Amino acid sequence: MSEQLTFRKGLKDGLPICLGYISVSFAFGMMATQGGLPVWVALLISMTNLTSAGQVAGTALILSGGLYVEIAVTTFVINIRYMLMSLSLSQKVDEAMTTLQRWVLSFGVTDEIFAVAMQQKGSINARYFSGLILTPYFGWALGTFLGAAATGILPESLRSALGIAIYGMFLAIIIPPSRTSKPIRRVVIFAGALSCLFTWTPGLNRLSSGWVIIVCAVAASALAALRYPVAKEAQT
Amino acid sequence: MNYAYVLTGVLIMALVTYVVRMLPLAVFRKKITNQFIQSFLAYVPYAVLSAMTFPAILSSTSSGWSAAAGLAVAIVLAYKDKGLLIVALGATAAVFVVEQGMALAGLPL
Repeated sequence: MSEQLTFRKGLKDGLPICLGYISVSFAFGMMATQGGLPVWVALLISMTNLTSAGQVAGTALILSGGLYVEIAVTTFVINIRYMLMSLSLSQKVDEAMTTLQRWVLSFGVTDEIFAVAMQQKGSINARYFSGLILTPYFGWALGTFLGAAATGILPESLRSALGIAIYGMFLAIIIPPSRTSKPIRRVVIFAGALSCLFTWTPGLNRLSSGWVIIVCAVAASALAALRYPVAKEAQT
Repeated sequence: MNYAYVLTGVLIMALVTYVVRMLPLAVFRKKITNQFIQSFLAYVPYAVLSAMTFPAILSSTSSGWSAAAGLAVAIVLAYKDKGLLIVALGATAAVFVVEQGMALAGLPL
């Protein structure tokens, strides 16, 4: 993990994300064209939004003729978690990163890219971050195109199996530090358990998945920050 | 198809998503020194990923059984500190094998 944070390493670290994205965006492409959108609009949505849950919900609203304000508010609520991530990243990026670089690179903040970026030791430079965004961006666009253009190109058995790939990646990120750090282990268990509670409890499960993530993340992180404050300048 | 409506809708989605991501990173430039906020932000990634993974991983495939097998394999591989790709592909392979096995045995997914 003490490798140099080069553009190349960014591209390489983005590869597993890219593979996961191909399967997810494939499903999005299929959904969009089955709903009546042309292939190029599906591709345009993926290339301008680069977000799974947000663009799926927004596209569904467009297909059903939703109001503009409805599209805006739904997208905002589902994507509000990116504010937390970008805020975290603003503390992690190299102070030498220019304003223009920040304007461009912030476009590529997704759950997975954020997670891999935060995993790196020390601060993140623009070269590494752009590599880390580029491979997944390509995969997101490619998967959308394939799904939209050739609905049913992958056998269902393979699509089903690929559905778990992204979660496997998440586990590969949260489990190793949970093994060595008790605060992180408790954060992971508490946030996961709370999320299950919200999903499975009648009444509570009416909260949309975007809000569930916000509530669980804020509650678990705040409790951990009160109980286990990290030493100054010794941030992960 | 009403392209004016569709493209305006797409533009709204894209703008909202971008602004949410851009503001904290591009406008907020000062290093935070408050220890609570620093600690909070250090824990956020793990909390977000855990909340996104559980329980969603169990419904990420065609069958709860195959997903449970994928989850188990992913946990073991991640615990052994294998890389992201190995864990992701290991979970995918486990799901594939279990679903094919269930199909061969004639079990409903």
